[in-house]
Amino acid sequence: MKIPSFDSLKVGEEIPALITPPVTRHTLALYCGASGDHNPIHVDIDFAKSSGLDDVIAHGMLSTGYLARMITNWVPQSTLRSWKNRFTAMTHIGDIVTCTGKITEKFEEGGEKLVRLELQTNTPQAQTIIAEAVVALE
Amino acid sequence: MIDKKHIGYEFLPVTVPVEEGRLKFLAKALGETGDIYTNPDAAKAAGLPGLLAPPTFPFMLEIDALDLVAFMSLLGESLEKLLHGEENFKYFAPIYAGDKITVCKKITDIIDKKEGTLQFVISENTFTNQAGEIVAETRTNYVFHHK
Repeated sequence: MKIPSFDSLKVGEEIPALITPPVTRHTLALYCGASGDHNPIHVDIDFAKSSGLDDVIAHGMLSTGYLARMITNWVPQSTLRSWKNRFTAMTHIGDIVTCTGKITEKFEEGGEKLVRLELQTNTPQAQTIIAEAVVALE
Repeated sequence: MIDKKHIGYEFLPVTVPVEEGRLKFLAKALGETGDIYTNPDAAKAAGLPGLLAPPTFPFMLEIDALDLVAFMSLLGESLEKLLHGEENFKYFAPIYAGDKITVCKKITDIIDKKEGTLQFVISENTFTNQAGEIVAETRTNYVFHHK
């Protein structure tokens, strides 16, 4: 991985996007087991209907996991200082998740050179996560 | 409605071992193919003590430490009403396979919205490794819809 230098980055610049295959029931079954989030709303259609939904919905943290992959494809994980995720809409079966991010600020704090990113995930219907991350670069 | 008496409630600390197989399974579930997340030999060759846990892993430790159903039962709520509102992370050190992470979870706020039809339960969580080093802190917003 070629780590971008702090000086080479510009506010407004986009980082390489990540686009996933469509979310399937199999995706959610694997994520349910692997993550430990066994909430049946993600894997049991009967339960989802009893909650007033038409079908199961994806775990919000699955899309967060995809955002993390976008970040760590771009810079090593060790550079990640903080990260805030707000879930704004549901992700449904068949949705492709598009992760994007751009640099919104460059600043120095605590002796580190920091880059603030605005990140989001979108499905074809809606923005599903709005997020902000701070990474330290040299 | 969730009783505000739960504000300030601290769960007993729980220590969770970070298993290599779990991290491999999680990488598969996320479509992560990077070798420091999937191949223990490659992680060692890269100078790491074991597979690297991905950035979302503290949330999984949080769930491991406190089963969602047990959490709902404490609040007197049911899973049908629960949605995930926010998940915020601060990172201080990496988590690797083989670590033992102690999770401390505290309910720090319960906020009514829309005349009580919506409630936010905020928890703050601290993750400490076997060396006594705080590796991460998270803040979770659980959203409950009362109809």
